[in-house]
Parts: sequence; C-alpha cells; structure tokens
Amino acid sequence: MTVNAPANPAPQKAAPAGASSRTRSERKLGWMLCAPAVIAMLLVTAYPIVYAVILSLQDVDLRFPDEGGFVGLSNYTAVLSSDLWWTDFFNTVLIMVISVAIELVLGMAIALVMYRAIFGRGVVRTSVLIPYGIITVVAAFAWQFAFSPETGFVNNLPLIPDEKDWFGGRFSSFAVIIMAEVWKTTPFMALLLLAGLVTIDSQLYEAARVDGATAWQRFTRITLPLMKPAILVALLFRTLDAFRVFDTIFIMTRGALDTESVSILGYNQLISRLNLGLGSAVSVLIFLCVFLIAFIFVRGFGTKLEEGRPGG
Amino acid sequence: MHAVTCVATAALATFVLAACGGGSSGSGERELTFFVAIQPGGTIEEVSKRCSEESKGKYTITPEFLPTDASQQREQLVRRLGAEDSSIDIVGMDVIWTGEFANAGWVDEWTGAEKKAVTEKVFPNVIETASFEDKLYAAPFNTNTQLLWYRKDLVKQPPKTWDQMIEEAEGLKEASSIQVQASRYEGYMVLVNALIESAGTEILSGPEEVDLEQGPTEKALQVIGKLANGGAAPPSLSTSDEDTARLGFEAGESAFMTNYTFAYASAKEEAPDVFKNMGFARFPRVDADTPSKPPLGGFNLAVSAFSENKDVAFEAAACLANDKSQKTAVELDGLPPSRSDLYTDKVVTEAYPGFAPLVKESIEASGPRPTTPAYQDVSLAIQRSLHPPDKIDAEDTESVYEELKSNVEDAVKREGLL
Repeated sequence: MTVNAPANPAPQKAAPAGASSRTRSERKLGWMLCAPAVIAMLLVTAYPIVYAVILSLQDVDLRFPDEGGFVGLSNYTAVLSSDLWWTDFFNTVLIMVISVAIELVLGMAIALVMYRAIFGRGVVRTSVLIPYGIITVVAAFAWQFAFSPETGFVNNLPLIPDEKDWFGGRFSSFAVIIMAEVWKTTPFMALLLLAGLVTIDSQLYEAARVDGATAWQRFTRITLPLMKPAILVALLFRTLDAFRVFDTIFIMTRGALDTESVSILGYNQLISRLNLGLGSAVSVLIFLCVFLIAFIFVRGFGTKLEEGRPGG
Repeated sequence: MHAVTCVATAALATFVLAACGGGSSGSGERELTFFVAIQPGGTIEEVSKRCSEESKGKYTITPEFLPTDASQQREQLVRRLGAEDSSIDIVGMDVIWTGEFANAGWVDEWTGAEKKAVTEKVFPNVIETASFEDKLYAAPFNTNTQLLWYRKDLVKQPPKTWDQMIEEAEGLKEASSIQVQASRYEGYMVLVNALIESAGTEILSGPEEVDLEQGPTEKALQVIGKLANGGAAPPSLSTSDEDTARLGFEAGESAFMTNYTFAYASAKEEAPDVFKNMGFARFPRVDADTPSKPPLGGFNLAVSAFSENKDVAFEAAACLANDKSQKTAVELDGLPPSRSDLYTDKVVTEAYPGFAPLVKESIEASGPRPTTPAYQDVSLAIQRSLHPPDKIDAEDTESVYEELKSNVEDAVKREGLL
C-alpha cells in the first residue's frame, strides 16, 4: 500500500486497428517509460507475495533443513482450524473497528479546528501532527511506561486506583493499546480530512447561512456529503493500517493475555519458530483479509465516491 | 531497461563485496566475529581483548552485541544462521538453544583435546546444556542459577517449601508478597520448569518424548495457582520479569523473591536499607520430602558451521570460555562460573560473600530446561497454556494439566499455531 507507481503515461484506450505509426510509437514510448516502475514493483512486491504463497504450500522449517516438502493446503487448514487464529482475528478486528471509529470522530473535530484556526494556524497544524511524527515503537514504550504501576504517572491520577495493573488484564490492555493507536494516528486521519475540507467551496456555506441553516445543519448537509470521498479514503487507509497492527502490541504485551493480533501470530510462526510454511500461510491469509477490506471499500463505496465529488 | 540492470548489478556487487569484507584477511591475522549478548559490566570486551592479545597475532576477536532480551537475541541469530551467514564465527549460545542450533547444523561439534579442555571441571549439568545427542556443541562459559532471597528482619528462618513460603508471606503485615517471574516470556518457562522438576517429574524425557507425570505436575501447578490467586501475589504478577521482581524487592514491597545472583549486587547498590537484611537460601521445594531443582541459565560458546575461520575459531572460543575468562565474568558482571573448581577462588567468594557454596550447590542440584530442537515451540506452548498464572485454580488443576500436556505434545511435533 505504501508503494505508489508513477501515474501510467500510456494512453488509456487501446489504439484502434489502423492507427497511425505515430500513435503506435507513442504507445511504445509509454510502455518503455513505465517499464522501470513496473519492474521495480514486480521485484519488490509481486516476487515476495508469490514466494510467500509457494512457501505456504510447503512444510518448511529452517530448524529442520532436511525435512519438508509440498503439503498442499494443510498449512491453511492448520491455521483456519486453530482457535488461536480466530481469537487473534477477533482481537484484530476489535482493535481496528474501535480505534478507527474513535479516530474518525476525533480526526474530524481536529480537522475542523485546524481549518477554522484563525491565528497561529501553522503552530496548530504542526503541533497536532507531532504524535504522528513519533516512531510507533517509541510511542508504544512511552505509553507502556506511563501505564506501568512501577514507573507510570497514570495510576497517580485522580479516580484511578494506585495499584491498577493495566497490562495484567485483557480488556485493560486493549484499552491502553487502542488509546496509544488513537493517539498516534488521529493526526493522520485529521490531515486527510482537512484535505477534503479545504476543497469545499465557502460560497456554499454563505448561501446556507443566508437561507438560515444552523451550524449543525451546515455540517450534516454540506460538510459531510461533500467530504464523503475524503472520509472514505481516510477510512480505507486507516482500516488497512489498523488491521496490520503490530508494534504497539508487540511492545506492550507481546500478545500476552489474549491481546495478540494476526500480525503477531504471523511473526511468532515466522521469526520465533522459523516455521516458514505455517507462517507464510498466516501471512497470505492476512494479505487476503487486507485485499478483501480494500475491495469492499472500493466496490461498496465506489459509486458514492463519484456522487460525493462536487459537480459530479 | 539496460540502465536498470546495470544499477541493480552494481548495487548487488557492492553488497556482496561489503558482505565479504569482514571475512578472513589473507595469511596474517584472522578476524573473528563473536556474536553475544551484551554484559553491562564489560566482560565480553575484556575477554575478547585478552584472548586476542594472548593469540600473539593469530586472531583478533571483535564482539558484536545482541539485544539484552533473550528471545530477541535468538531471533537475530537464527535469522543469520538460517541464511548461512558466514560473518559469524563464534556464537554466545543461551543454554536452551543448543538442541535447535545443533540439529539444524548451524554449529559445529567439539572433539578431541579441545573438547577435553573446555569441559574440564565443568558442572555435569552445565555440560548437558551444551550437548545434544551426546555430542558437545559448545564450550561452557558462564552459568547461572536462582536463589531464594528473603528479608531477615521479617522472616526468622527461610522457608523450605513453596507452601510454607506462601503461607508465611500471606501472614505478614508488610511486604507480604513474593516476587517471581511470571510475565509471558522465557522467564516464566524457567519458573514452571523449576517447579515441575522440583516436584519430581520433567517436561520432556527425550527430544520428542513428553513426560509430565500427572501427580507431580499438578502439584507444581498448584503452587503457581496458590501463589497467583492468594494474598502473596504482587499486583503485577502476570507482567513480572527479573527486573520488576528486583525493583519490587528493593522497594521493600516483598519479603521473598526468587531471582538470579545479580539481585545481591543490585540491592547493595540500589537499596542499602533492604540489603542490610537480605538473606539467601536455596530455591524452595515443591514437595517437602524432595530436594528442589533450581533453575539453570547461562551461556555456552559455539563455533558457527558457516564460519570461514573454523580452524582458529575453536581455539579462540576455548580461550573466551577458559578459567581466566570465567573469573573476569564473575568479577565484572557477577556471572557464576561453569567450572566447579573456581568456587573457592577469591574472585568468586568476594562476588558472592557468604553464598558462593550455596550457588555451587544450587547449580549442582539444578534441573535444566529440556533439550530439544523444537525448544522454542515447547516453551511457547507452555507459556500459552499456563499464562496468566491466575488462570490456574489450585483446587482443581486437572483441566489445566490436560491442556498443558496436549499442547506440549503438539509442540514437540511442531504442529499447529503457537
């Protein structure tokens, strides 16, 4: 998701049969211009993905170099029939849904503040972005220390018991993990929403105000519908990101107390156990989930993307 | 297209050259790379320097430090060894990795005079941790064991058994908790293994045979359940490690702690008030009539199978692990030597004032963790089955026992997700 190929310079429509030699040479040039990008993409994304799929159909364990071989889909049945996969899948979806929902609401509020800020606009926008600039592992450690009963300040706050062991229970761990995720990525959400906000024509608001619309009506009738494409893009990006949550959990609990995400499960099989077959099966399943989420967003909301466009 | 290929080839070539750069440098002095966990006192730097000098120009040893966390050390090493990385010559191997590394063919066997030299006067159970299928794969360097640390001002006599200790702690008005390691990590496996061994059974009886006799195993599980669900459990038991245990004890929150020998020097430095009354005793028993089998840790030094300098690497590893080096490790980092004859040496008796014989006794009696190529799977399966510790109901341990046994049986076969 992070690698973007340069815009395709090749003509969008295939040249008609009897096209002139100029059209044909332009088409050839187009292909040549995008070839480096295509090759780079194939090398860095397609090759590892195909290799992972091949590994997932084999019994490969680096600790047992002499054993193994092709085993068909048995790695997939092992993963899908395991309670652990489904527990971790549930955990991941839970973290994803809750954190993205909170981020959307907070991000929208922050985007409106950044948009409306009259003085110190630069300072406001920069300071809001600071959490997003901090490395996830560092942020995770910072929050872990903050919530730890030995070193943290959180338990000294009013209304919170002094001895509360946040990482000693499943749901209190989830609460801290989700909070850290929200803290870290809300600025990203806000930034994407702000981009949508600035495209709205201010005349629309003036017209609505003349017609006597309240602030809430202006928000629900103008801002939200016109921002729909930006909201969908922001949601898509964050949902895909949140589904692969790893760093925060790895630092805070290492997946203890049933707080594991599917990415940690894959890491355990691949890196800890060196069981490349099982690990690749988990990775391929994660890839398929991510693919499915992207597909649902693009297909399910694709038409609305068009509707939401001003004048579309 | 052509340009891309050129750039790619050039990049690849540089990479290969860089990778080869660290290897042998012709006929003169050989450069050996020593991958090992960092020791804060500087032991590794010191012994590498001394052995390089003693080799009189034959080789120089460059330490490459691994993270402090045991699982991260292993992850980094197995990634490199799995890829047959020739830039590693000597590996500082945790006692639990031997089966895995040896079975995968990542480390070479020790034989002949060198084998004899590095095992001389070494504790037999430490040699066991460096061996797999009756072959020696590493030179024992430092070992480690856990003692029971307690507060002499609160407790007159150190308890003999875990049951006594829990009862006594629960009866205290202050410092009524027991510090152990029960976060979901290798340290919890250390505790579980020590309790199971002390109860009179073992996790595995061979690389692929699960033992876990029901009666004794349930007795060990009862100890964990009783501790975790009673008044002697510290508030963050399920996230505790060696360091939180030490901190809790030094803060005066606990009358008891099971921990490695570093706890003594640490308390001396950090908490003089607690240190004044700090007592030591052998790891408590599970069964009143069976002597305990304390945990055993430590590092052994192996020669990588992919090293290009094997001829001198064995010699260098033997030097890094010899009695002089072991004394440096006690002196600078308080690490117990693996040679039993050093326990009357002044360096050791000074590092462990009054308890050097106890450390020796504890190592001799210790119950090492199982040796199996699938150790990681076994450890993960045990951590998963028994964490959080308060899930174990001391009154009814049968269901947890069944879960534990079936998970370990899957793990030795490397089946299923973990």
